[in-house]
Amino acid sequence: MPSDYSPGTPIYLQITHDVRQRIASGEWQPGMRIPPVRELSVELGVNPNTAQRSLSELEREGLVYTERTAGRFITKDIEQITQMRASMAEEYAGQFYQQMRKIGYSGEEIVELLRRTASSESTERPT
Amino acid sequence: MNFLVNFDHVSQAYSQRPVLRDISFGIEPGRIVGLVGPNGCGKTTIIKILAGLIHCYEGNVRIDNQPPGPHTKSIISYLPEKTYLSDWMKADDALNLFSEFYMDFDRNKATEMLGRFGLDPKMRVKAMSKGMQEKLQLLLVMSRRAKLYLLDEPLGGVDPASRSMILDIILQNYTEEASLLLSTHLIYDVERIFDSVIMLGYDGIILNDTVDNIRQNSGKSVDDVFREVFRC
Repeated sequence: MPSDYSPGTPIYLQITHDVRQRIASGEWQPGMRIPPVRELSVELGVNPNTAQRSLSELEREGLVYTERTAGRFITKDIEQITQMRASMAEEYAGQFYQQMRKIGYSGEEIVELLRRTASSESTERPT
Repeated sequence: MNFLVNFDHVSQAYSQRPVLRDISFGIEPGRIVGLVGPNGCGKTTIIKILAGLIHCYEGNVRIDNQPPGPHTKSIISYLPEKTYLSDWMKADDALNLFSEFYMDFDRNKATEMLGRFGLDPKMRVKAMSKGMQEKLQLLLVMSRRAKLYLLDEPLGGVDPASRSMILDIILQNYTEEASLLLSTHLIYDVERIFDSVIMLGYDGIILNDTVDNIRQNSGKSVDDVFREVFRC
């Protein structure tokens, strides 16, 4: 199921981002075994070397580790995952805030809008 | 660096009309390389030289350290731009032909892919649509365990859904030791499977770089860069 890759950014960066998202959301649990590069490259519809490069990048960051014979795994370091998730959230919030400022919303208006959006989301989709 | 393919200062002309002018590039093992460029820039000529079908070129060509010849032909799996299966053949017959012809042909793999493409083994080539014929030829070529795959415009006549399927088939069947050179003028949605792209213009190679570098440096997709370079 190849995703759409946006044009201006290297594909490997988009994959590392996608994997971080999977880890942050819990779709990929701490300690989980990551599918082999070949499988992953078919699933993502990208060149195997690109998938490989993304995983090496995540390994460098410490989110992924390799066990010599068993394959690649998501880190078990919960602290690190929490930190990564928080910094992702901050990044998103920052981007959103900047966009809203550009169309003239004040900080308070933005908070108010978010509150309303969140409450309408939760009434539409009770969990 | 250890290259599987070495193309060294190659020129080629058709009745004095130059097509390739001093072209040089190399392909490492384990790479998927896109050969892109407008019509008539020499993509097919390069592929035919590698396939050993054109001999009168100038310059130096090495594949697996040998000039095009019997050895290189045995390690190359070549998909020509034109269909070469005879009309009377059924898909089955084509599979038979390939198993007799090539030691490295994996018949089980080919049969499995026939099923995946929804092609009937008993269907005649003549009765197949252009897209079906292309799929049949591609699966034959990809079912060989070659060192170098040369695919000349494998995506020309197929619909978008089949395009992704063909790309998936390429990704699934290519091995780490093998390299694949795919020529196309439709780069959009194909660039994700390439390691690198050789962009060919009428006066030579315009760009030869990895897809990620091109995207990083230009802030655009390879497709966008291509459109910009060749804008009329």
